[in-house]
Amino acid sequence: MELLSPEGLRIDGRRANELRRITCKPSVLKNADGSAYFEQGNTKVLAAVYGPRQPQLKSQTAHDRAVIRVEFNVAPFSSSERKKRSRFEKYGNLRILEIATSIKQTFEPVIISTVYPRSEIAIYLHLLQDDGGNIQTCINAATLALIDAGIAMTDYVCACSAGYIDETPVLDLNHIEESSYETPDLTMAVMPRSEKILLLQMESRLQIGRLEDTLALAKAGCGQIHELMDKAVRDNTLDLVHKYTN
Amino acid sequence: MLRSKAFMKKTRKGNVVRVVKEHYLRDDIVCSVEGCQRCDFNADTTGLSANNKFVVHHPVLSNSPRQTEQFPVPALIVPDTNVLVNQIDILEHSAIKNVIILQTCLDELKHLSMPTYHRLRTVVGDPDRRFYVFSNEHHRETYVERLKDESPNDRNDRAIRRAVQWYKQHLGSASRFPTPIEVVMLTDDADNRRRADQDHIANSSVARYLQDFVDYPELLDMVAQVTIDNNADRKTQYPEHLTKLQCQAGLKTQKYIQGTLNISHHNFLEGSIHGAVDGEDRTIAIQGRAHLNRAVHGDVVVVELLPKDEWQRTPTEIRMDTTADDDDEEEDDDDENHNKNKANSHSTAKKPKSTGAAQPASAPEASELAAMPAQPTGKVVGILRRNWRPYCGHLDPKSLRIHGQSSAAQGVLFLPMDSRVPKIKVRTRQAHQLMGQRVVVNIDSWPRDSRLPLGHFVKALGSAGDRSTETEVLLMEHDVPYQEFSKQVLADLPTEGDSWVVLEDQHVLNSGRQDFRNLNVCSIDPPGCTDIDDALHCHPLPNGNFSVGVHIADVTHFLKPNTAMDREAANRCTTVYLVDRRIDMLPPLLGTNLCSLHSNVDRLAFSCVWELDSEANIVDVTFTKSVIRSRHSFTYDEAQARIDDKTLTDSITVGVRQLNQLAKKLRARRMHNGALTLASPEVRFSLENDSQDPVDVEMKALKETNALVEEFMLLANISVAKRIYEAFPETSMLRRHPTPPPSNFEGLARQLAANGFELRFDSSLELSRSLDNADKSGDPYFNQLVRIMTTRCMMQAVYFSSGTLAEPEFHHYGLASPIYTHFTSPIRRFADVLVHRLLDAAISPATTAYNPMLTDKNKMQEQADTLNYRNRMAQQAARSSVELYTHLFFRHKVVVEDAHVFRVLKNGFSVLVPRYGIEGFIYASTKASAGKSGDRKEILVYDATRDALVNEDTGIVIKVFDKVKVQIAVDKETWDPHSHSFVKQQVPKPAGPKSLATTTDNGKSDGAGSTDNLDLKNEEPPTLREKMQMQLVEPFIPGLSFAETTAEPESAALPSPPSLEAPGKAGSQGASASSASGDHPQVKKRKL
Repeated sequence: MELLSPEGLRIDGRRANELRRITCKPSVLKNADGSAYFEQGNTKVLAAVYGPRQPQLKSQTAHDRAVIRVEFNVAPFSSSERKKRSRFEKYGNLRILEIATSIKQTFEPVIISTVYPRSEIAIYLHLLQDDGGNIQTCINAATLALIDAGIAMTDYVCACSAGYIDETPVLDLNHIEESSYETPDLTMAVMPRSEKILLLQMESRLQIGRLEDTLALAKAGCGQIHELMDKAVRDNTLDLVHKYTN
Repeated sequence: MLRSKAFMKKTRKGNVVRVVKEHYLRDDIVCSVEGCQRCDFNADTTGLSANNKFVVHHPVLSNSPRQTEQFPVPALIVPDTNVLVNQIDILEHSAIKNVIILQTCLDELKHLSMPTYHRLRTVVGDPDRRFYVFSNEHHRETYVERLKDESPNDRNDRAIRRAVQWYKQHLGSASRFPTPIEVVMLTDDADNRRRADQDHIANSSVARYLQDFVDYPELLDMVAQVTIDNNADRKTQYPEHLTKLQCQAGLKTQKYIQGTLNISHHNFLEGSIHGAVDGEDRTIAIQGRAHLNRAVHGDVVVVELLPKDEWQRTPTEIRMDTTADDDDEEEDDDDENHNKNKANSHSTAKKPKSTGAAQPASAPEASELAAMPAQPTGKVVGILRRNWRPYCGHLDPKSLRIHGQSSAAQGVLFLPMDSRVPKIKVRTRQAHQLMGQRVVVNIDSWPRDSRLPLGHFVKALGSAGDRSTETEVLLMEHDVPYQEFSKQVLADLPTEGDSWVVLEDQHVLNSGRQDFRNLNVCSIDPPGCTDIDDALHCHPLPNGNFSVGVHIADVTHFLKPNTAMDREAANRCTTVYLVDRRIDMLPPLLGTNLCSLHSNVDRLAFSCVWELDSEANIVDVTFTKSVIRSRHSFTYDEAQARIDDKTLTDSITVGVRQLNQLAKKLRARRMHNGALTLASPEVRFSLENDSQDPVDVEMKALKETNALVEEFMLLANISVAKRIYEAFPETSMLRRHPTPPPSNFEGLARQLAANGFELRFDSSLELSRSLDNADKSGDPYFNQLVRIMTTRCMMQAVYFSSGTLAEPEFHHYGLASPIYTHFTSPIRRFADVLVHRLLDAAISPATTAYNPMLTDKNKMQEQADTLNYRNRMAQQAARSSVELYTHLFFRHKVVVEDAHVFRVLKNGFSVLVPRYGIEGFIYASTKASAGKSGDRKEILVYDATRDALVNEDTGIVIKVFDKVKVQIAVDKETWDPHSHSFVKQQVPKPAGPKSLATTTDNGKSDGAGSTDNLDLKNEEPPTLREKMQMQLVEPFIPGLSFAETTAEPESAALPSPPSLEAPGKAGSQGASASSASGDHPQVKKRKL
């Protein structure tokens, strides 16, 4: 399949360095402390944050900081392709657990957990629709939800994926591009202000000479996502201000 | 950052799943017309390129395109999908410029025909042609949503019209152009044209548009004749094909069998496919026009078996074109002047005959027939994929109807060179200019009411019989990409050109390359070799072992993956060696200069260095990229002289001598393991310098130094194969040579047994031993002949990707090696390039040689298939070239030469002439044909019990291995291509030698040597050859030489007399050859 036409358009009409359409909205669930809905193209994630609260498992309590818990769920209707679902089933919940763990590890350095000793911060992520780039969307959704919950953080966490098609680095792979065998797929999460990398994950081969290009592109993508998220947070805050002042 | 302005979902329903795709519409796609001020060309970028630069769009289309009478305003043209599919030959013509290709059409084309898509992409890639791909599907203003109840086809047609409309509007409103610009839709669909008229869109059919191209009259001839099966008034001659869906359903229930149609070389009305019959893999015969049902050689067809009582029973023989007469009549049938009714009744009456025509000329008795096992027979009910290609041939002068220099269009018949392809009806205005020329024709369609397929003229190659024309023909017929390298390819060469040198800092110090310039490296090649792939060194180590290195040209340093040059090389796959020219895989700057390991210049190499002990056992092996400086380029003779000259003790000579010692040990061990020494007669022509006419033929001689080089190349290939398989177990490019099934040897074993030799073939070792034993004192050529025949029993050695087979199947039978690959000739074989990249990636993972293809099993196997195909074709082309030169060589000669019989069939026998390495089939006179000339002494009858041809009167017996004398001549008259049908009438039995052993590789010693090039056997004979013979002549006229046998009539009755010729008598025969040929009547005089 021709993923990138010689005219420079990808299969969905984007150019190589373009993101998919992003829509996001914080505070969508009332009974959670913080929540967010995040759409990146056709990948849709709902995130809910509870906490800081009393740990559900007493044994896991840390006396000097909050414990972060991440639960990741894939909705059975998230993808129409049976094959895809059986892949999840084959790996059992291990694959899902792995994603949850990597998201947890991404957020641990950012959340200032020492301000919440002996407590727990639980992040629930629900993948409603799957069109590639699940981890990045989850991380972005979780960031918004954490901000919505008012958890102390040193910075935003913005995630984006990038890959390589033929000779061209491409940004934000969708499902078709991701599932092509020869497309390397790298997911990166950064703190946009300090530009520190929190997560760098790739499960395919990429020629080392191309790594830098790909990283640079992914970082640029993260920057764009940061702007959008920041705007969403500010809009939401302004909304709240209006609600309280009126 | 450009963002999509709007987005929609495009839903596509598949079998089970519904795929939802995003579909972004953009407003930054440009019209790409020069001088357009409404488009922002800077906005249309192809995104980030690999070196992080934005590629700015340059306008492609001219603002003053061609004017025609029909469209006086300069017009850009927009072809629709069907035009792209059917008229690609026209689009490839250089007169057609300023074309807008719509993405809608391109996507449709991709689904319809990938080869055509690639051809179109090549045209688009040429900046001179000014073809622009407009992504109308992603343009905000040209995207159209499918309406309710609208078929996808209608939607696409509407999308095309919408895009044309947009263009017109867009260009119309931008009045800054020197002249207004029209946009014309080209379509042959009348309905679409009608709708376009309604929308006020300029449109035209292809033929009408081209009428105004008076300066290119050939364009009109190139218009494809596409007909749709809807004219019910004409009588149909063929049953309808089943649809794809029906075929697939039938295949699933095993009612039908699918296979690639293979037409017989000797009878184009006789085809076969391989398929499972009752769970058994059988060959299914398909006989006659009606049963073939418009299938052409190479098509993927769906076949239904006939009832068992209609199955065909025939003995094996070279089946002759008994349908030749039949066919000539049919030609007349196609003559439109004939009374239609008459023609039709005629053809129906003949139907049984055409099926019956496949029966042997001398039909065996009914009882004999019944005893023979029936061969499954079937008929074509559907065609899954056409495999039509451009065909070379000439126009039939008999089919000309308008005489004189008229330029009116007329239908003529085209006779393809490939005897397996039916004649093709073409319409042309230049029939008279094209007579006597070799032309290329494409098939367009084969409607049900047409006996023959319809086609169109593509191009003329030159006059028939001309050496360069015929060479081009054979290149085309073997699908060899022989065009000059394109600009894009040449742009990938180093910018320094031939002044490129190895730079100390760039190539030596900071590259991870080892500096081997201090070593005494030398190369040994045939004289005049310009592309030196390999060089060797050898020096003793302090511990008594030897350091031996094979240094291979580092082609991959220049040939980077995914460049235009790489894609070109991947398509060419191999350098093709013809007698008079070489079709390079790589541009000459690389092949014969920068990569070639010339002496006394620094060159980049990929080295394989072993530590060998004095018994030539490998102690250690390392692979590294390196820089070398060859001390000397030897020819085989020079190297041999150095080895032999004991007075020389310089380090290079000592090194070569040591290599020779080691090579002998390696060879001995290889033979001990069961490697085979096979033979194929290889000849070399001496060409006259100016005219390039062949003046002499000689057999290639092998020297010890050939074996030296070969031995180390084998060692390198095996070592590399092990290493890359270790690193890439799934995707290594390896080469295997399957063990031939025992049934292949049975015939040869029987013939050898008749001569008192035992052929054991349970393993390659046993086979090798029995070959060594098969030596007749007094007949030095006997052993050679046996080896040649053994070669033909072999399977073909093939490339494959290691992940596709289980490890035991990697075995290379001929070399008796468990694993093998090609590493040593990257200049002329693409497989070696891949192996270089694999090895490079294996030894230094950070290398730039790594590309995703190296880990993609499917792509690797795909490439391997291409390699195998191209290799086979290259070999056949090389053989055809030798044959062409053989014809040229014998053109003014009649030669009587010794020959060996190597195959006896019912109606004649094949002989091999060792002196010239040629092979021919000699027909025995049958009772019927001898009856005319009245000489019963010429009659040879097949005797099944002895597997021999016997003349009952004279007692002449012709058996395999017998020595005969043959007269070789070319009939000059038949150089005239016009004689084609004449030939057929005169001699309805064109010769069909089953295979041809002559090969040439222009003296290029394959590193892997003769044993690896086992690619001669079990092959289709080269297609060109058959036709050449029919047209030129069948060059092999049997002489006589049965003097000895006539002397011993009683020996003929004995079941196994060892040979016709006693060894002692063989020598004396040569002397009497000329007189003998004068005295004795010929077995059969064949004048074509």
